[in-house]
Amino acid sequence: MTTKNLLSLLIWLPVVAGFAALLIGDGGDRTSARAKAMRWFSLLASLLIAAFSLPLLLQFDKSTAAMQFVERLPWITRFNAEYYLGVDGLSAPLILLTTFITPLVLISAWEVIKDRSAQYFAAFLILEGLMIGVFCALDAMLFYVFWEAMLVPMFLIIGVWGGQRRIYATIKFFLYTFLGSVFMLVSLIYLYTRTGSYDLLEFHKVPIDATAQTLIFLSFVAAFAVKVPMWPVHTWLPDAHVEAPTGGSVVLAAVMLKMGGYGFVRLALPITPDASGSLAWLLIALSLIAVVYIGLVALVQSDMKKLIAYSSIAHMGFVTLGFFLFWGILESTGDTNGVALGITGAMVQMISHGLISGAMFLCVGVMYDRVHSRNIGDYGGVVNTMPWFGAFMVLFAMSNAGLPGTSGFVGEFMVILASFKANFWIALLAATTLILGASYTLWMVKRVLFGEVANDKVAALQDLNAREFLMLTVLAVGVLLLGVWPQPLVEMMQPSVDALVDHIGRSKL
Amino acid sequence: MYQTHLTIVLAPLVASAIAGLFGRQIGRTAAHLLTIGAVALSCVLSFRVLQHVGLGGAAENYTVYTWAVADGLRMEVGFLIDRLSAMMMFVVTFVSLMVHIYTIGYMRDDPGYQRFFSYISLFTFAMLMLVMSNNFLQLFFGWEAVGLVSYLLIGFWYKKPTAIFANLKAFLVNRVGDFGFLLGIAGVVAFTGSLDYAYVFASAPSLANETIAVWGDTPWHALTVICVLLFIGAMGKSAQAPLHVWLPDSMEGPTPISALIHAATMVTAGIFMVARMSPLFELAPGALEFILVIGAITAFFMGLLGVIQNDIKRVVAYSTLSQLGYMTVALGASAYAAGVFHLMTHAFFKALLFLAAGSVIIAMHHEQDIRKMGGLRKYMPITYVTSLIGTLALIGFPFTSGFFSKDVLIEAVAEAGHLRHAWPYTVAYWSVLTGVFVTSLYSFRMFFLVFHGKPRMDEHTREHLKESPWVVTLPLVLLAIPSALIGYVTIQPMLFGYFFDGSIMPHPDTDPLLLLGNHWHGPVAFVLHALQGPAVWLALAGAVTAWFVWLKRPSIAESFATRLSAVRRVLENKYYADDLWIKGMAGGGRLLGKGLWKLGDQTLIDGALVNGSARLVAASSRVIRKVQAGYLYFYAFAMVIGLTLLLGWLLYGAQ
Repeated sequence: MTTKNLLSLLIWLPVVAGFAALLIGDGGDRTSARAKAMRWFSLLASLLIAAFSLPLLLQFDKSTAAMQFVERLPWITRFNAEYYLGVDGLSAPLILLTTFITPLVLISAWEVIKDRSAQYFAAFLILEGLMIGVFCALDAMLFYVFWEAMLVPMFLIIGVWGGQRRIYATIKFFLYTFLGSVFMLVSLIYLYTRTGSYDLLEFHKVPIDATAQTLIFLSFVAAFAVKVPMWPVHTWLPDAHVEAPTGGSVVLAAVMLKMGGYGFVRLALPITPDASGSLAWLLIALSLIAVVYIGLVALVQSDMKKLIAYSSIAHMGFVTLGFFLFWGILESTGDTNGVALGITGAMVQMISHGLISGAMFLCVGVMYDRVHSRNIGDYGGVVNTMPWFGAFMVLFAMSNAGLPGTSGFVGEFMVILASFKANFWIALLAATTLILGASYTLWMVKRVLFGEVANDKVAALQDLNAREFLMLTVLAVGVLLLGVWPQPLVEMMQPSVDALVDHIGRSKL
Repeated sequence: MYQTHLTIVLAPLVASAIAGLFGRQIGRTAAHLLTIGAVALSCVLSFRVLQHVGLGGAAENYTVYTWAVADGLRMEVGFLIDRLSAMMMFVVTFVSLMVHIYTIGYMRDDPGYQRFFSYISLFTFAMLMLVMSNNFLQLFFGWEAVGLVSYLLIGFWYKKPTAIFANLKAFLVNRVGDFGFLLGIAGVVAFTGSLDYAYVFASAPSLANETIAVWGDTPWHALTVICVLLFIGAMGKSAQAPLHVWLPDSMEGPTPISALIHAATMVTAGIFMVARMSPLFELAPGALEFILVIGAITAFFMGLLGVIQNDIKRVVAYSTLSQLGYMTVALGASAYAAGVFHLMTHAFFKALLFLAAGSVIIAMHHEQDIRKMGGLRKYMPITYVTSLIGTLALIGFPFTSGFFSKDVLIEAVAEAGHLRHAWPYTVAYWSVLTGVFVTSLYSFRMFFLVFHGKPRMDEHTREHLKESPWVVTLPLVLLAIPSALIGYVTIQPMLFGYFFDGSIMPHPDTDPLLLLGNHWHGPVAFVLHALQGPAVWLALAGAVTAWFVWLKRPSIAESFATRLSAVRRVLENKYYADDLWIKGMAGGGRLLGKGLWKLGDQTLIDGALVNGSARLVAASSRVIRKVQAGYLYFYAFAMVIGLTLLLGWLLYGAQ
C-alpha cells in the first residue's frame, strides 16, 4: 500500500470503524452473536490500524527533523485554515503508542462491559482517531478541533460506564480541561492575526514581543498543565481515574496525558521560546513539586487507582522537568550540551509511562473485575491464588519504580543526568523518585500481593485467563524491550529533538 | 574471548528464564540440573578467563551493543575483563555453584523449588553484569538488578509477614543508597560527558580543580562531592552504617541466599565498585576520610551487636556487617587491593559459615536459637570441622585465608596513618584492631554454644539429629578448602605483585601497600612477623574469653548482662537505628504525605479553589439560569463573552 494518505487513514479509519461498530450494535445483549461480531469487528479494525501505523516506524526517515507523511489540502479558505497533517520524531512515537494501546483496551473490555458494549467499543475507536488527529495536525485550527473533540468520547466513557461519583468526576474533568484550552484558543487566534494562517510551523517562525510571548506562553501552560497534569491543577485526574472504567483509565493515563507534554514541545517551546526561558524556573518548580509532593501523597492512598493516578502525576513531572532544562544548563555550563538529553528523556518517559500506567491500570482492572473493590485493604496474599498475575504485577511495579532494564528507567535516567548539569538541587529533588516511587509502588504490592490469603474473596480468585494473559504479556514485552534497547526509539526522536533545541536557542523577540 | 564472556553471562539468564517460566512443566530435577549446569559452565569459563588474564593475557574492553545514543552521550552495554573483574567473576560463579548444589538439599521440601533456582540463577546473571561492566550505565543496571533479586529472595516465603516486611525494607534502604549513587553517576556525566570507565578515569585528573556550587556561594570540590555520592550507593549495597539496617532483617530469606547474596557477593558490590573507581577516589581525599570513618563505625559497632545475638543467622549477619566495615576501611586507607583481597577470602569463609549454619538449621528442624543448641559436634562431624575452619578464618588465625587478608588490612591502615596523619586514620586503626577481639568473641561464642557444651535442645530434636546429606556437606568441604588455603597461595601476587596493576590504581605516594611491600618476605615470614603484633593475640584472647564466659562459667555472662543493663538495652535496640528509619523516615514520610494530601489537595486546591469557584459560578448563574436551561449552556455563554474580551484585550495590548 502507498503511504501517501497514511495519516488521514490513521485518523479516519478508527472513526469510521467506530461508527460501523455503533451500527452493528450489540443487540441489547452482551452475549448475543451480534455483540460478538461487533467485538471482533472492533478488535480487527484496531489491529488493522495498528498494522497501518507500522510505516511510521519502518519507513520513517530517522535522519531529518522535517515533517514527514505530509498531507495538505485547503479546508476553511475564508480563515486560511488547512487540512494540514504531518509527523516528525516527536509525534510519530506517540501515534504508535496510541495504535498500540487501543487494541489492548478493547481486549480488556471483552467480557467485562455488560451494558451498551457497542457504544463502549465505538467510543474507544473514535477516540483513537481523534487522538491521532491531535498528534498529526500541523494546522492550529485543526489541532484545536481534534483537541476539544477528543474530550467528548472520554467524557462519555467516564460518564456512562463510570463508577458511583462519575457525574462529579466528568464535570470536573471537562471543566478543568476545557477552561484550560479556551485560553489556548485565544492565543491561536492571536497568532493567526499575526501570520495570516493557522500553519503551526509559521507560528514557530513569527517574531513575538516579550509581553505577548508571556501571555501566549501562560495560555499554553493553562491548557497543557491541566492535561499533563501539573501541580496544582492536577486534582481532576485522581477523581477521573477512580470513576473511569478500566479502559478509560488506561487511555487517559497512557495517551491523553501525553497531549499536555506534546503541547509543550509542539506549541509552547517553539512558539514562545523567550517566555519559556524566563518562566522555566516556574515550570521546573512545579515539576519538582509533582515529583516530591505528589510522590508523598501517593504513599498514603488506600485506593489503588488513586495511588496509580498520583504516581502518574509524579512520573509526568519528569516530562515537564526534562523539557525546561535548557536555560538552567545554559546558565550553569555556558553551552547547551545536555539539553537534548533532557528532552529526549522526557519524550521517552512519555512513551514508557504510557505502557506502564496502562499496564498498572489493567492490573487493577483484573482484580476489580473479580473482587469489585479498588481498596488495598480488601486484598492481601493475592499471589497465593494468582501467581501469574503476581509475576506480571511485580514486573510492572518494578518498572513503575524505575528499575533499569525496564522502560521506566530510561527516561528518568536521562532527565536526572541532564538536570544535574543545570543544578545539583534540581537533580537531587528529581532523584528522590528512586525512593518515593519505590515506596508507594512496592508498599502497595506488599499489601495486595504478599502475605497470607486475606479473606474469602482472595481465596476464591482465579488466575489470569487467556485474554488477560495476552494483554499483560504484550505490555510486558513492550516494557522490557524498551528498557533493554531504547535506541530505536531514541534514534527516531533525535533529529527532531536537536532541531527543537536549536530552535528554542534563538530569540524570537 | 567475546563468545566466552557472553556465554558466562547469558547461560545463567537463559537457565533462569526456563526454570522460572516453565518450572512446572519441566519439573524439579530438570530445573536444578539446568540451572546448576548453566552456572557450572559459567564457573568453568570464568576460571579460564581468570587463568588467561592472570597469566599475562591482555585485559579486554569492548562494547557489546549500544543501548542508546542521545545528545552525543553514548550509553552502552559492554565488558571490561581485567584481573579485577576476572577474579570477581570466578568468586561469584564458584560460590553461586556451591550454593546451587547446596540448595538441592536445603530446599528439598519447598513448594517453590523451581522458582528458587530460577531466582538464584537470575542473581548470578545480574551480579556478573555488575562486575563485568565497562561503564556506569551497566554498573547501575547490575546494581539494581541484584537488588531486585535480593528483594525477591528475601521475600521468597511471601506468606511470612516478617519476610515481606524485610524485603520491602531492604529494597527501600538500598534505594536510599542508589539515590546517592545515581546522583554520583549524573555528576560523572556532567563533568566528563561520558559513562565509559576508561574515558572517565583518563579525564579524572583534569577535573581535580573543578568545583560545584552546592550550598550558597561556597564552591565544593566536584570530585569529592561525586565520590561521596557514589560511596552513598556503596553504603546501601554494602550495608554500611547508617544504611546497614536492612541486612540483619534480610536473614528472613532462605539460608542459601544469605550465603550467596547477603554475605559473599551482592553486599560486596559496594567494595568492588569503590575499588573499580580508585582513579576517582584517589583524587578525593575528603571522600576517602569519609569512607574511613563510616567503615570504622561499621566494623566495630556492628561487631559488638554480634555478641548479643541469639539467632544463629543473625550472629553471622552482624559478623558480615562488621567485616564489610573492615573492607570499607581498607578502601578509605587507599589499600583498595587489600579490601578486595579481604572481599575474596571473606566470600569463601563467610559463605561457608552461612551454609554451615544452614546445615545446623536443617538438623535442628529449623530452630535458629543458639541457646537451644549445644554439643552438635558429635552428631555433625563434617559441619563441625568445616565450621571450625570457617571460624578460624574469620578471626584471622595464622595461615588461614582470613589471617592474611585481615592482618595485611590492619597493617595497611596503620601505614596509611603514617602517610597521611589525620584523625580518621587513627580512629580507623583502633577500630579494626580492637574489632579483632570482638570478632573472635562473637565467633567463638556461637561456635561453642552450637557445637560444644551440653545439648540443650528438646528430646525429640536430639533423637533426630544427624549429619546433613552430601549435597549439603560437599559445598561445605569445597568452600573450606579455599577458606583455609587461598590466602597463603594468593597474597603475594594479589597484594605485592603485579596482579591488580591497571585495574586498581592508587597514587604511588600514598599507597600503603607499596610501603608494606618493601618489607614483604613471603607468607611465612609474614606470619612470624604478625606473631609479634597485637592482632593475633587479640584474636586468641577473644576465643579464650568466649570459652571462659560461655562454656566454662556461664554465670559470668549473666552477671555482666544484669550489671551492664544500660549498655545491653542500647545493644538490644541495635543503637535505635531501626527506629530512626522506620519511625522517623518511613513514618515521617507517611505523615507528611497525609498532611499534603488532606491540607494541600483536598482542602486548599479542591476545597477552596475548585469547588469554591464552582460555587461562585453556580451562585452567579442563579440569575442567568432563569433564562438559560442548564449548566453547559451557561459555560458556553460565559466562554464566548470571556473569549471576546480576552481577544480584544490581547489584540489591542500587543499592538
